[in-house]
Amino acid sequence: MNKNQGDRAAFEERLRTARQRQGLDPRPQPPGPDAADSSPSALAVGFKVSVELVSALVVACAIGWGLDRLFGTRPWFLIGFVPLGGAAGVLNVWRMFAPGKPAPRPADRTDHPPPPAGH
Amino acid sequence: MAAPGKIDALSQFQLHPMLGELGQMGFSQSTLMMVVAAALTLMLLGLGMRPRAMVPGRLQAAAEMLYEFTYNMCVETIGHEGRRFFPFVFTLFLFILFGNLLGVFPYFFAFTSHIAVTLALTLVVMVITTIVGVATHKLHFLSYFVPQGVPKLLLPLLVPIEILSYLSRIISLSVRLFANMMAGHVMLEVFGAFVIMLGGAGLLGLLPAGLALGINTILIGFEILVAVLQAYVFAILTCIYLHDAVHLH
Repeated sequence: MNKNQGDRAAFEERLRTARQRQGLDPRPQPPGPDAADSSPSALAVGFKVSVELVSALVVACAIGWGLDRLFGTRPWFLIGFVPLGGAAGVLNVWRMFAPGKPAPRPADRTDHPPPPAGH
Repeated sequence: MAAPGKIDALSQFQLHPMLGELGQMGFSQSTLMMVVAAALTLMLLGLGMRPRAMVPGRLQAAAEMLYEFTYNMCVETIGHEGRRFFPFVFTLFLFILFGNLLGVFPYFFAFTSHIAVTLALTLVVMVITTIVGVATHKLHFLSYFVPQGVPKLLLPLLVPIEILSYLSRIISLSVRLFANMMAGHVMLEVFGAFVIMLGGAGLLGLLPAGLALGINTILIGFEILVAVLQAYVFAILTCIYLHDAVHLH
């Protein structure tokens, strides 16, 4: 049993080196500066997140204020829409980092065709 | 610089009427830059593609690269239907790209540093996206706002949130481009003012003035990067929104 496992591991190892030599597998990249290069900078991510959060709130405030103005019910629509806007902002950020969905980068999309039309 | 010793970083965004009579009708340097950007785009594509050489020259190669880059972006992001929207995305991308890049030159003006311009572009994108969605799916498009796999009880709460999230794209898309462009030009102006102020402060100020000049040089390079990147981001987000409208989720 033990010997069997050892053989198997050795075989996997030889298979991996052979595949690498033939260029079938990409070489394992050291997760160093390269990984940092491909991901956007912390500043850019922070800016994106803040814009997403604030923009939903701005839209919600504008709608709430506008409806209040329209119906003369100040401040009730505004009060109702501000939490909704905050939630929508969080939803926007969640969409950005949601697991399962690949980030909207063309590099990721090349091997995955877009999902079929669903509803 | 309005007054010596004060950094006036925002007056660069003021609009000035131009060309006499036209200026009275609201023709400003921003409008002029838009015309220039459109003319440059047409020239690049028109003159670039004139030779129709099998082995392209430099201008033709640039035009072809831009075309193929945008085309691939459309098809990869939106899918098969992306070809229908390619002209729109290509126009948008080149217009913003040239607008951003023109702003890097001295005495020129980046019209994308005005939220009125970016908001108008974004509204065009959002209106077209919504029309495409409605035209493709008719009333079924409304199901875009209904998240899947949630209890019916929560829908009255979640549907408004989804609609707000959809509408918030208008702000986030326009503010992203506008803020990036404006911040870059404010930074250039601030460091440029440092150079003048420190350079005029005597011998002791020369070293920091040189430092500020060096930073400004780096910032110009950074600005070019931001100009291209933000045009790309705007175009790819347009593609993603179109994808959502065509495929619903």
